[in-house]
Amino acid sequence: MVSNPSPAVPEYCDAPVRMFALVAVLWGIVGMLVGVIIAAQLTWPELNFGIPWLSYGRLRPLHTNAVIFAFGGSALFATSYHVVQRTCQTRLFMPRLAMFTFWGWQLVIVAAAISLPLGMTQAKEYAELEWPIDLLIAVVWVAYAVVFFGTIGKRKVSHIYVANWFFGAYIITIALLHIVNSAAIPVSLTKSYSAYAGVQDAMVQWWYGHNAVGFFLTAGFLGMMYYYIPKQAGRPVYSYRLSIVHFWALIFTYMWAGPHHLHYTALPDWAQSVGMVFSLVLLAPSWGGMINGIMTLSGAWHKLRDDPILKFLIVSLSFYGMSTFEGPMMSIKTVNALSHYTDWTIGHVHSGALGWVGLITMGSLYYLIPRMYGRTQMYSMRAIELHFWIATIGIVLYIAAMWIAGVMQGLMWRAVNADGTLVYSFVESVKATYPFYAIRLGGGLLYLSGMLIMAWNVLMTIRSGKVVSAPIPLVAAHA
Amino acid sequence: MDILYLLIPLSAVLVLLILGVFGWAVFRGQFEDLDREGERILDLERVTVDGDQGPLVGQPEESRPIVSQK
Repeated sequence: MVSNPSPAVPEYCDAPVRMFALVAVLWGIVGMLVGVIIAAQLTWPELNFGIPWLSYGRLRPLHTNAVIFAFGGSALFATSYHVVQRTCQTRLFMPRLAMFTFWGWQLVIVAAAISLPLGMTQAKEYAELEWPIDLLIAVVWVAYAVVFFGTIGKRKVSHIYVANWFFGAYIITIALLHIVNSAAIPVSLTKSYSAYAGVQDAMVQWWYGHNAVGFFLTAGFLGMMYYYIPKQAGRPVYSYRLSIVHFWALIFTYMWAGPHHLHYTALPDWAQSVGMVFSLVLLAPSWGGMINGIMTLSGAWHKLRDDPILKFLIVSLSFYGMSTFEGPMMSIKTVNALSHYTDWTIGHVHSGALGWVGLITMGSLYYLIPRMYGRTQMYSMRAIELHFWIATIGIVLYIAAMWIAGVMQGLMWRAVNADGTLVYSFVESVKATYPFYAIRLGGGLLYLSGMLIMAWNVLMTIRSGKVVSAPIPLVAAHA
Repeated sequence: MDILYLLIPLSAVLVLLILGVFGWAVFRGQFEDLDREGERILDLERVTVDGDQGPLVGQPEESRPIVSQK
């Protein structure tokens, strides 16, 4: 699939972009399907059929790893390789290494899909994979950094477009987080123990965990946002200046928000408060970026009516705004006292994951995939429109159900009688949650169906197009 | 909280690194002409298009009409 290393007319190296884009759709379906299965298991626990490999505790990390790293990760590889070439007007640095990142990443995904149901886990949230897979991730990631920064290094345009700054920050930070957090002492091929213990381990874990949210699920996808929204809208980003401020403000403040995951635990009180303050500060850059993205359509709002891809991209930003407002609020200790350990957290995560990460990825892929096959647009625009509405209704059902369930659980758990005894037993709160679990399952099913429509649309687009190689335009005179 | 002896120096190094990159960007003129940079991505790309879509080969992408489905 790697095209001629030195073509007569210089061409972009789009093979890895194309392949990552297609597997992103595939892994999206797989990851979301596992999500729907575990949502059904929470509603009807008998659905694990007593088979250990299908139990909730093993499938849940499979779901999170599949949607974050297989679906989101593949989409990030595809879009970053695409954006860096187009904005730097140069071919990928070391195309063969880029292909190595593709196959290496797929190997990581397959290894995860086998080892997690078998129960092999480091028991760290979003970092469950055992040490041999962690090593492979590190190698692939370093190769990714070499390809990406190598391409920046040989750029033909002296300015580095803002999307590349976001992609670059995400690549460097994930390397650092992964290596520090996954440090472990192996005792066998499939079992290892963390290099840290107790509360130290918890602190490292959530330093990693929250920054994975901040850099993998935010910075990387903001890179997509700053390229695909202007391209699809045909207008430059509302304020390019603000986008630069957004970038530096975000990366300077993100690092210390992690302790808000450990409110009211053994973590020292002051560390919890530091985490809370930094989380609140983060509201400013987050909303700056959100407003900047949405205002890109200022003066051309009518495009939102006709263009379903723009609907995906812009609505994803409104979910980004919602969840980056909700997050800081939930990090306030008094609010957290109510929300922690309830399904409110699950609702919050999915407003970010389904709403922001999911929709911006789908919108970007709808822009990208037809162009990889010599088409100007996807096979069916109506199907994109349908996908948009199904997905949006699914998200609303999902997060509304989890909000109600979460606040209800929090209130039931803290209700005390006059004599100090609990009003409700735990199982009563579980019973009260049942209808909301059913609604959540419905929301998830809708979101998954939207993804199936997308897969059909992608297949039809590929069938009616053919692989083309895009020539690199001559560099315009540049001051 | 011994872990802070690792995490705080790590953050300090990272902040210095970010400051360094920021300084590089400022002094190498990355932010000299920001008004033009936002628009540049819009006039770069030319896409090779499959023949059966009509005479679109080599046209700048933005000049193409968005085909309405209605």
